[in-house]
Amino acid sequence: MGKWEDNKAWFLVLPVFLLVAISAIIPLMTVVNYSVQDIFGPGDRIFVGTEWFEDMLSNRRLHDALWRQFLFSGLVLLIEIPLGVLIALAMPKRGWGVSVSLVLLALPLLIPWNVIGTIWIIFTRPDIGLLGVAINGLGFEFDHTSAPLDAWITVMLMEVWHWTPLVALLAYAGLRAIPEAYFQAARIDGASPWAVFRYIQLPKMRGVLTIAVLLRFMDSFLIYAEPFVLTGGGPGNSTTFLSIYLVKLSTAMDVGPAAAFSIIYFLIILLFSWLFYQALQNVGTGDRQ
Amino acid sequence: MSLEWMAWTLPTAIFFATIAALLIAMTVWQASAPSIERRGLLPIATTPGDRLFLGLLGSAYIHLAWIGLFDLSLWWALVISAVYMTALMRWG
Repeated sequence: MGKWEDNKAWFLVLPVFLLVAISAIIPLMTVVNYSVQDIFGPGDRIFVGTEWFEDMLSNRRLHDALWRQFLFSGLVLLIEIPLGVLIALAMPKRGWGVSVSLVLLALPLLIPWNVIGTIWIIFTRPDIGLLGVAINGLGFEFDHTSAPLDAWITVMLMEVWHWTPLVALLAYAGLRAIPEAYFQAARIDGASPWAVFRYIQLPKMRGVLTIAVLLRFMDSFLIYAEPFVLTGGGPGNSTTFLSIYLVKLSTAMDVGPAAAFSIIYFLIILLFSWLFYQALQNVGTGDRQ
Repeated sequence: MSLEWMAWTLPTAIFFATIAALLIAMTVWQASAPSIERRGLLPIATTPGDRLFLGLLGSAYIHLAWIGLFDLSLWWALVISAVYMTALMRWG
């Protein structure tokens, strides 16, 4: 690798750097500052060291919310990624069906997140909601406001309905970008549909699936608006995910503990995003090493 | 412009100044002696920048684990982190 010859391009990155500094770096530094102090008001604060971190690390409710969050994000990835790829494989490749399926898939993505919560509250109500009445009519008792399992099922259904289209659209874009020659070669070799998927389509989708996994992991790990509107974190604490608990803390004006919690939260997301990124970068490249 | 809302303290200022200094030093280093990716003890090929990132991230977890598991002074966690980072930069 040679030395840098022309550094003018770096000036083009400056606007982005300024934006990120204002929207991310400065707030993050502020959160770090808050996390080591007890803040009573402007200009009225005392340094407490790592006390809030000790509090948060031994906080049972945080542990519960954390495991709940991992379960949720794990299920989201396990369901949405394969389902999205399946939908993309089943989508038409030419003709009027392409536009129709693209528009249908994009619809859930266009709805504001709090509206999605409201839609699903009404949809699953056991007295007037289409889904709620139908399930109860089949003889199952279903009420997401009182049964934790029903609340979980509803939140998962909502999440899958809302975000699987994103995975499907990304996977579809990846599939459409594969040159026809690959498939012709596979046909000549008499490859089975599974072999075509395993050795052509899946490796070629690595880039878009990396983005899909990262986006879905980070988004589902930060999920707030939809379950907050739908269940408010209940019944009990059964759908209190990390961000819902964090907001409960910070609106109680405990900015110190909330800041310590935010930093732990941030570190978890950073670690997992890096792990996923590395894993997906190395998928299917084993033969190159 | 008042920065009171950012609630700066001396320890956090030193913390961020250290990280900024590390980043600047690494940039100067990269400009004067361009590095290449290589494989060390880690199972992946890394640049010095990657190893710095892993070092900082790992150090954060070392400190958290120390706070969560032990009652001893946090300076020990800093010492362990410094050793870990040096080893990672050199052999990682």
